[in-house]
Amino acid sequence: MSKIIAGAAIRGAHEIVSQAEAMFERARQEKSEDTKIEFPDTAYYLPMAYALMELKIETVGQLKPVLEHARDLLAPIPADDLWFPYLGHALDSGIATLLAEEIICAGRYLFEEEPQDGCNGFFTDTILRTLGIQLVDGRMPGFAAILGAAPTNEIAVNIVRELQKRQIMVFAGSSTDGVSIIDQLEAENVEMGWDTYIVPFGRDTISTIYPLNWAMRAAMTFGGIDPGKARDCLMYCKNRVFAFAVALGEVDDFKYATAAGAINMGFPAIADTEIPEILPTGICTYEHVVHELDHDNIVPRCIEVRGVKVTVSEVDIPVSFSAAFEGERVRKEDMQLQFGGKYSDAFEFVHMREMDDVEDGKVEVIGPDVESVELGDALPLGLYIEVAGREMQQDFESILERQVHHFINYAMGAFHMGQRDLIWVRISKDAFEAGFRLKHFGTILHARIHDVYGKIVDKVQVTVISDPAKVKELMGEAKVSYAERDARVSDMTDESVEEFYSCSLCQSFAPNHICVISPERLGLCGAYNWLDGKAAYQIDPSGGNQPILKGKLIDQDAGIWEGINEFVYNNSNRTIDNVSIYSVIQAPMTSCGCFECILALVPEANGFMIVNREFPGETPCGMKFSTLAGCVGGGNQTPGFLGVGRLYVLSRKFLYGDGGLKRLVWMPKELKSFFAERFIERATEEGVPDLMDKIADETVATTGEELVEYLTKTGHPALEMEAVF
Amino acid sequence: MTEEMRRTVDPAAEALMDKAGDSEIGTAYDRHVSQGKRCTFGEKGVCCRICEMGPCRISPKNPRGICGADAATVASRHLIRQVAAGTAAHADHGHDIVKVLLMTARGESQGYEIKSERRLHEVAKEWDIETEGRTKEAIAEELALAAMAQFNNLDGEIHYPAARAPEATVKNWRAHGLIPVGVEHEIVETLHRTHEGVDADYVNILKHGLRTSMGDGWAGAMLATDIGDILFGTPEPVRSEVNLGVLKQDHVNIVVHGHEPTLSEMVVAASRDPELLELAKSKGADGILVGGICCTANEILMRQGAPVVGNFLHQELAIATGAVDVMLVDVQCIIPAVIEHAGRFHTKVITTSKKAHIRGAEHVQFHEDKAFDIAKEIVRRAVENYPNRGPVDIPEHKNDLVAGFTVANTFTHLGGRYRSSFRPLNDAIISGRLRGVAAVIGCNTVKKTQDDSHLRMVKEFLKHDVLVIMTGCAATACAKVGLLQPESAREYAGEGLQEICEAVGIPPVLHFGSCVDNSRILVALCEMIKEGGLGEKLSDLPIAGAAPEAMCEKAIAIGFYCVTSGAFVNYAPVMRIEGSDEVVKFLTEDVEEITGGKFSFEEDPVKAAHLMMEHMERKRADLKLRPLMYDTPFLKQEEKEPAAPPPERVMVADSDDMEAFAGLPPSHHCGGKQP
Repeated sequence: MSKIIAGAAIRGAHEIVSQAEAMFERARQEKSEDTKIEFPDTAYYLPMAYALMELKIETVGQLKPVLEHARDLLAPIPADDLWFPYLGHALDSGIATLLAEEIICAGRYLFEEEPQDGCNGFFTDTILRTLGIQLVDGRMPGFAAILGAAPTNEIAVNIVRELQKRQIMVFAGSSTDGVSIIDQLEAENVEMGWDTYIVPFGRDTISTIYPLNWAMRAAMTFGGIDPGKARDCLMYCKNRVFAFAVALGEVDDFKYATAAGAINMGFPAIADTEIPEILPTGICTYEHVVHELDHDNIVPRCIEVRGVKVTVSEVDIPVSFSAAFEGERVRKEDMQLQFGGKYSDAFEFVHMREMDDVEDGKVEVIGPDVESVELGDALPLGLYIEVAGREMQQDFESILERQVHHFINYAMGAFHMGQRDLIWVRISKDAFEAGFRLKHFGTILHARIHDVYGKIVDKVQVTVISDPAKVKELMGEAKVSYAERDARVSDMTDESVEEFYSCSLCQSFAPNHICVISPERLGLCGAYNWLDGKAAYQIDPSGGNQPILKGKLIDQDAGIWEGINEFVYNNSNRTIDNVSIYSVIQAPMTSCGCFECILALVPEANGFMIVNREFPGETPCGMKFSTLAGCVGGGNQTPGFLGVGRLYVLSRKFLYGDGGLKRLVWMPKELKSFFAERFIERATEEGVPDLMDKIADETVATTGEELVEYLTKTGHPALEMEAVF
Repeated sequence: MTEEMRRTVDPAAEALMDKAGDSEIGTAYDRHVSQGKRCTFGEKGVCCRICEMGPCRISPKNPRGICGADAATVASRHLIRQVAAGTAAHADHGHDIVKVLLMTARGESQGYEIKSERRLHEVAKEWDIETEGRTKEAIAEELALAAMAQFNNLDGEIHYPAARAPEATVKNWRAHGLIPVGVEHEIVETLHRTHEGVDADYVNILKHGLRTSMGDGWAGAMLATDIGDILFGTPEPVRSEVNLGVLKQDHVNIVVHGHEPTLSEMVVAASRDPELLELAKSKGADGILVGGICCTANEILMRQGAPVVGNFLHQELAIATGAVDVMLVDVQCIIPAVIEHAGRFHTKVITTSKKAHIRGAEHVQFHEDKAFDIAKEIVRRAVENYPNRGPVDIPEHKNDLVAGFTVANTFTHLGGRYRSSFRPLNDAIISGRLRGVAAVIGCNTVKKTQDDSHLRMVKEFLKHDVLVIMTGCAATACAKVGLLQPESAREYAGEGLQEICEAVGIPPVLHFGSCVDNSRILVALCEMIKEGGLGEKLSDLPIAGAAPEAMCEKAIAIGFYCVTSGAFVNYAPVMRIEGSDEVVKFLTEDVEEITGGKFSFEEDPVKAAHLMMEHMERKRADLKLRPLMYDTPFLKQEEKEPAAPPPERVMVADSDDMEAFAGLPPSHHCGGKQP
């Protein structure tokens, strides 16, 4: 019965809080109260303490109130007779456990004991924001924290595969009797990492705090919930983050205590042993603790208990198909054969046709199939996709075509890279042995295009070509279209259109934020450009992308229009009444939290720096990306700071109101190599062909002083320009 | 009622019944027998004693009184006078506690403090009283003054109904004019309306009864609870013991009896005074025990964990143990007979209220400004009386219990501090684990075997997955047999209720406190609506209430405000209304059109439970809730009963007096042919 669970959870919480207190003492004695304590790459301090208690823990000494609160939350273990209500006490002890586990893990980082061998450790803000988008767009319907070890390695792999198949993120960790599922998966050569949706967090139960305080950050980042609004954060997790725990093997006090914490967040626990159950609902959406002894049924049971909304479109191919396999690589030694790359001609092309010219569902293979070539050999490949639909437009071709990469990758054992006539595709031995053949590319594309773009596409027909001559012929046709498209897109200027597009997809987590996407300024997430906005509007006229008539021009340089202002005001909960499209200083656009890069003013350099999300180090403005992100996001206007998509740098409207590209004084090396020639082209247009070399990066400057010194040395034009404000 | 009826199902009571009865005055049971069959006109509510031209007796032969009032007018007038009396009792109780808060805020009381500042802030917020940057005394003073005004307001409406009840319910009350302007105003108006020659329309009269009763549940009682929580602390779950066996042979035993917590709280504090404990030792006692009877017991049980000596019919029996050194009484339910019983032993009965003197008792007038001194003085008298004890006869019967449930702590029991919520309770009902919630409350009466109806009804509910909330002497009855122990779920509860009890760790019967704490139940119902999924009005909820052994006018007032609040209420024994078909029909049928609630008067507690569950089923169907998860049909097909049977009536036509009416000789009765 539940009393056993409550007793175990409270007992476990007492022990974990004691361990946290011991960690605090150790840190105080071996370091000092003033010693900095932190998790890597996060703007959320100790996220659990920040979310629940609004405490910004930065030093060891500041842990004290957290520990006191955790201790205060601990109730006595329920009496054997005449017990008092224990559900509330067990839940409180769960909160105490979360706070204490976080302190223990932060302490371990302090003593360099984390991350554990082969484990991820703390989940960074970068991961949070990257995967947050997947949570929003439904590619990741939820996550499972698997704790303990399965009875056999095979069962462990099966459970993980079943979850992957449903695109559910797997966080693996903890141990049972000294064996961890992490080791079981390793032994079976299961590829683990963020790309494969299987992330090992740590081999003990205490490190389960990593997925949990990651979810709590989601409430603050994506939910826009203020730290300290504990209940709102917990409810956000319950309502928006579809997570659950799977306990494999014996459930000990620590696991119960941690589960009690998770239940506060609405995450139920499902065990494979005959533990007592808590079936009545109310804190989680459905049952709180259940057992499922049949391992074949454990994943469906989890999904049922948590109410995860899984949308597995049935794709009739002989291998598993899910977004979870998107990041999977097919290594050379695992490869059956490949297409494209430097080994053969290969291309993909989506072409719009008249309705009568397309036979829906038709998949034709022209040329030899997979089994006809030697192991490890290459074939040419053409993926020639013809679509028709009442709402289909030629502009949408590229949007659909770009998804081919994702769709092919979803197949387990299929690997896809690149786009257009620069693709590189592999099929693994396993997939081949399972029966995967060329026609299955067609099956996948047909199913997925219907599934995702059903509103605009009525018919899809796919021709898969491996005949060298035919590939060459159709590739020529495709290249003509590619060129036409490029011309169409690159010819577009903000002046050439009457309307921009809004994007409010992120209002679910930043309620006042509204993106304005123009032809020359793509969305700050980098995933939506003007054509996407237009396409999305046509696909769903009442959706998150709406046309905005620019109306009367107010300020040409800053990019301010009457119509845009009015729209933003009405769609930002009447909080933002003036917004510029091209300025960081004057009424800049708001940012949600998904931005690829942050532009920040560096006053002493009379210019701006740009830092991308992936860059972990210090920047000349004195803040890391994660800290900057805290200033920029949440739907507020923050003059001097702006979230942008990285390709905006190459736009002619980049920093248009603030002096243009020449204002750019610093960017990480990685961005430099990403932009490469394209940047030089733009710089040449601006009259400074060697601008890239004059811009500092982290190898020469990480402080304001170093930056100015470098800019002076290289003669950066920004120093000569008029004062930025 | 027959003379052969068992007097009690409580073995502790049984053990002392004969000893207590073996006195000139006997016990209440004995006096009940000697009172014989009651005057039928009186019992059926058609003896009108309002004007000096009467008394008039209404019968089919003589359907009109001297003034022309018919049975409905007579029965309804007398009934709402009872409602007013019950409301007055709780209003006065609430008023006294508000007064203590005001004095405490002004530093004029002695021994009191504001124990729950948190509750003070919560309540102040509901009264739109500024709390930011103010001392608790300043807040308390403003709150006390606002609360005080509730009693004698002459316009507008009392504060709590609109502040706490669901909007749809409030709207309905306003549409029917059922929210009092002030507590006392409606009581005054009751007395006026029912005066000779004023209101003669029974519907108009009874509707005023509904209005008046709201001043009890939604003002007097609710304030008594809220302000009590502020002054004495909000209850938390406590363990204690119940029944006469809690009295201790080697301790000074003080039994506090009555209703208000103001003095009893002080007495509990004084009993822990080192000086008095020392004095007790010097008299040969090991300590000082303070135990309670009636609602005083519930007040100090909820907040102090003090043991409960017994319920209403235990007051004479407790004295018969010979172990009670002082019986300290304040107001309500104190039967004067205790004096005669005390006279046979060393027990001192000490009255303390200016409103409640008893000839033969010692009177120590209670003053809030000297409360602790007075409490100490009373404890001292008890200690000094300890050596005067004669032979002692304490039954061994006692039982453990868990009490101390409130709306506020139900929230945290269900969800912890961070997710505090009524959701699990609502979910339990919506999902069909629970059929509904029943509030079983009220007294003991000699017309029923003591505790028997409570127990049979409650057990029937538990078996059929109905969560039971209790207060008052009803709760004590169930505590005596262990139903307030969490372990009892396994033995008595149906599968769904068991799952809830096990998940939360609660007993299947929740003790919510004294009879003013029925207001907690009202608030709980409001929270259930607020949580969502169970309708919009209080009357949408699958809940019901019962007073299975009702005895006093307070119980009638409670029944009235529950029906006004939309509840189905089974009240037994039947009120004195059977002489009028119209009044019975109004209360059991017509009133539902107005309030959504109604009475039934089923005497059999198990059948009554079935009626209440049928009501829950109807509400479940209206809400389109799922069928019960673990279906336990409570009625077999062949024993299907009518929905709400009107009480059986024996109106004998063509009889000119009450002999024929009642079939009994006249000499036993009032209102008949007097000598």
